[in-house]
Amino acid sequence: MDDHWSVAAHRHFKAAGVRQVAYVPDGGLTKLIERCREDNAIETVMCATEEEGIGLAAGAWLGGQKAAVLMQSSGVGNTVNAIASLVTSAQFPFFAIVTMRGQWGEGNPWQVPMGQAVAPVLEAIGVKVFQADTAEDVGAMVEAGLRMAYSGDQAVAVLVSQRVIGSKVWVADKKEGAQ
Amino acid sequence: MTDFVLHRREILATALADRGDALVVTGLGSSTWDLASLGDRPENFYLWGAMGNSAMIGLGLAIAQPERRVVVVTGDGEMLMGLTSFTTIGARRPSNLAICVLDNERYTETGRQPTATGLGTDLAAVAKACGFPKTATIRTEAEAGQLGDLLLRTPGPVMAVAKVVDEQLPMAVPPRDGGYLKTRFRIGLLGEKAATLP
Repeated sequence: MDDHWSVAAHRHFKAAGVRQVAYVPDGGLTKLIERCREDNAIETVMCATEEEGIGLAAGAWLGGQKAAVLMQSSGVGNTVNAIASLVTSAQFPFFAIVTMRGQWGEGNPWQVPMGQAVAPVLEAIGVKVFQADTAEDVGAMVEAGLRMAYSGDQAVAVLVSQRVIGSKVWVADKKEGAQ
Repeated sequence: MTDFVLHRREILATALADRGDALVVTGLGSSTWDLASLGDRPENFYLWGAMGNSAMIGLGLAIAQPERRVVVVTGDGEMLMGLTSFTTIGARRPSNLAICVLDNERYTETGRQPTATGLGTDLAAVAKACGFPKTATIRTEAEAGQLGDLLLRTPGPVMAVAKVVDEQLPMAVPPRDGGYLKTRFRIGLLGEKAATLP
């Protein structure tokens, strides 16, 4: 049986009644995105930039549906005004999963500044941040986070540590797209 | 300066006169005042901030409510900030979504500075290139007569850009408490029980 954290995350999406999932692809999100795309009860919306996912989630809630937004840590920087001015201003429930770069074992210096800023930036704009350092944490935090978002009327982000995802190793002659 | 003839509130009033149960989302600034000037109602969700997000709110709503018509009314500046959403909406193609851009080629609220729509960007052409099945740029009274059909009845996603006079209009101010607007909208659409219980 597949014990990847995405299995538990998807199961909790189903249990909580998540109907729309917005995403910008990230290597760390590949399995969860695939799982959601294969699920006919979930509408997946591929976004060109992470900010779009915030608007989509708010629109879904206005229409009576729960949403989740999936993004890489760099994408958090693209969402700041939408979260602050829409989610926080109008007190929308909100749930996101952020796969982290720029922390544990990062080999690309360009990922570090935004990765390090994710938690303080989200907290500064009113988002409750859960940091998952193990695969087991992710499932439990997705379950708790969805409840806090959609029963507790909060904005919640689960940050999936690079320790869980694994850091990319940069080799000069490695083919692009190889894992 | 261009010689536009259409007045934003007049064409919007005519287009939405028979809106029925359509749900309407507005972009911040002039578009919010325009819709409020037609009368406040629970099926209106007005943005007072979050510039660039109106079209995606419309998409999330259109997916959640496939039997209802969803109309986004916004300005050229707000739409330019959300331009990437054209690609997302064009890829998903919800037939019940229409976007109306009231395009005066100005950032009206901040001092009427020119926008890119007066300097080369054709929003209807961009939408068409992103896969919107129906796009139109409206300049004349005769063309404005089709706006209601475009926004309320034409299979979407629709992008209707109306070139409008750059004019100073009295502010018509709707409620500005976002939590209130959100909950009122949900109660109107879903009923009080479904809207307020987990």
